[in-house]
Amino acid sequence: MLKYLLKRFFWMIPLLVGISLISFFIMHLAPGDITTSEASFNPKASEESRQKLRELYSLDKPVIVQYGLWLKRMATLDFGTSFASHQRPVFWQTKDKDGTVTLGMIQEALPITLLINVLSLILIIAVALPLGVISALKQNQLADRSITLFVFIGFAIPGFWLALMLMYWTGVQHNWLPISGLESIGHENMPWLSQMIDSLKHLILPVFISALTGLAGISLFVRNGMLEVLHQDYITTARSKGLNENRVVYGHALRNALLPLITIFGLSIPGLIGGSVIAESIFAIPGMGKLFYDAVLMRDFPVIMGILTIGAILTLIGNLLADIAYAWADPRVRRGVMQ
Amino acid sequence: MKKVLNNPLALIGFIIIAGILLLALIAPLIAPYDPDAIDVKAILLSPTSQHWMGTDGLGRDVFSRMLYGARISLMVGFVAVGIATAIGIVLGAISGFYRGWVDTVIMRIVDVMLSIPTFFLILAVIAFLTPSIWNIMIVIGLTSWMGVTRLVRAEFLSLRSREFVLAAQTLGAKDARLIFTHLLPNSLTPIIVSSILGIASAVLVESGLSFLGLGVQAPQASWGNILTDGKEYIQFAWWLSLFPGLAILITVLGYNLLGDGLRDAYNPRSSQH
Repeated sequence: MLKYLLKRFFWMIPLLVGISLISFFIMHLAPGDITTSEASFNPKASEESRQKLRELYSLDKPVIVQYGLWLKRMATLDFGTSFASHQRPVFWQTKDKDGTVTLGMIQEALPITLLINVLSLILIIAVALPLGVISALKQNQLADRSITLFVFIGFAIPGFWLALMLMYWTGVQHNWLPISGLESIGHENMPWLSQMIDSLKHLILPVFISALTGLAGISLFVRNGMLEVLHQDYITTARSKGLNENRVVYGHALRNALLPLITIFGLSIPGLIGGSVIAESIFAIPGMGKLFYDAVLMRDFPVIMGILTIGAILTLIGNLLADIAYAWADPRVRRGVMQ
Repeated sequence: MKKVLNNPLALIGFIIIAGILLLALIAPLIAPYDPDAIDVKAILLSPTSQHWMGTDGLGRDVFSRMLYGARISLMVGFVAVGIATAIGIVLGAISGFYRGWVDTVIMRIVDVMLSIPTFFLILAVIAFLTPSIWNIMIVIGLTSWMGVTRLVRAEFLSLRSREFVLAAQTLGAKDARLIFTHLLPNSLTPIIVSSILGIASAVLVESGLSFLGLGVQAPQASWGNILTDGKEYIQFAWWLSLFPGLAILITVLGYNLLGDGLRDAYNPRSSQH
C-alpha cells in the first residue's frame, strides 16, 4: 500500500510542472504582453499598475527567467497582491511591520467553496444513489423511465437559468428563501441555532444548483453500473446459494457497482470547482468562483493566476484522495493487479 | 442511419436539432423585426400577437433576437467542437498508432489539461483576450479536445491488433494508408457520438459565458445574453428569462438524445441495458 501511495504521490510532480507551463502560457496569451492597453479593460490599469505587473512577473527578463520565477511563485504559493482590492495578498495572510494581519483573498474564499462542494457531494450521494439503484431494479418500468427523463433534463438544463427561475420563484414570489449572500442582515446578533438555520437557508439553492449535473450523472452511472453487475456470474452464484434478494442487491451488487463511483467523484471535482463560478456569482456568495469572476471582470491578473493554480492543485488533491480511497476499498488495486 | 431513426429518442433528438437548424438558417426570412432595432415606444411588452415573445428593455423583439441567437448557439457549438474533434483525432491517432514515448507525452498533456478546472481555464484565457464570438469558439475548442483524444487513441489501440489491420500491414500498406483507410473509418461512429454530445456541452458553456457577460457581446444576440437582460428585469418581465432558457434546454436535450440514440444504435451491448 505504501509503495502504491508513494508512486501515486510522485506522479503529481510532472502534472504540476505541466500545469505551471499551461498557466505560464496563458499569462503570455494577450497581444503584446499582459501590460498592453489592449488587454487591460480595467480603467484602474494605469501606467503605474502596468509597471507593477511588469515587476510582479518580471516581464522585462528573458522568458526562461520569467518561467523560473513563476515556478517559484507556484511552489511557494505566493501569488503577490491583488491589483483591484487594495493590495490584499492573493492567497494567504501577511503581517506588516505594525503587526496588522491582512487576510488572503483565496484564504477567505476557499472554505466557502469547499463547504458548498462538500454539501453538494453529500446531496448527490443521498439522492443519486437511491435513484440509480431503483432505476436499475425497475429497469424499463415507470420508475426507471421517470428517472431517466429526470437525468436527461438534468444534463440539458442550464444551471444559471434554473438558478434564476428558482431565485425568482422561491425568493421573489414567495419569499421562502433568501436569494443572495450567505448571511441575512443582523446575522451576528442571532442566537447560534438561528444563525445555523439562517446559513443553511442561504445555502439550499446554491448547493442544489452546484449538485445538479452531478445528480443526473451519478444517477445514470449507478443505474448502468448496477445493471452491469447484476448480470455477473457471482450474482447468479449468490442467488443460487439461496441468499435473499436484499442481500444480493445491497451486499453483493451495490458494493461492486459503487467502486468505480469513487473515481467518478474524483473526476467530477474540476467540474464542481469550475461550476462554482456560475452558482456563486448568481447568488452573490463570496467563494472562489465569485472571486474569480470578479477578478476576470477587473482584469485582476494576480488573482486570476492564483485561483487558476489553486483550482488545479485542488483537483490533483481530489484525484489523489479518490485513488487512495479506491486502493483502500479494492485490494486488487493496491496489490498492483489493476494498474 | 436507419437504425438511428428506429430509435424513438434519437428520432426526437434529430427532429429537434433539424428544426432549430432550419429556424436558424431562415432567420432573416421569418424574423418579424430587425433583432437589433431599438424601439423606445415598445419597452418590456409582454407577449402578444405582434411580439410573440414580448420585447426587452430596449424595446427589441425577443422572438427575432431568439432566432438570431439560435445562429450563434449553433455556430459556436459546431466550430468549437470542430476544433476539438480535429485536435482530438490528430493527437489520438498519433498516440494510438505509434504508441511508445509519443503516446506517453500526449497522454500526460491530456492529464494536465484535465486537472485544470475547464471553466476556470476558459475564463482565464478570456480575461487575457477580449471576449468575442471567435475567441469563445476557439477557447472552448482548445479546452475540450481531451475526451476525443482518449477515445480515438483507445479505438486505434484496439483496432490495431485486429486481423484486417494486421493483414493490410502485412500486405505492405503504409502508415498513412492504415490510418486513413482502415483505422479512422472504423472509429468514426464513436467520434461522431462524442462530437454530438460535445456540441451539447459547448452550447451550455457558450450560453453560460454570454450570461456572465464574458461571451457574445451586445448588441449581437445570443440566448445567454438575452438571459442576462432577463435577470435584470426578472420581476417585471418573465418572458425575457423563460424563452432563452427553454431554447437552451431543448437544444441541449436534442443533441443529447441524438448522441445517446446513435450510440445505442451502434453499440448492441449498451442497448441491452
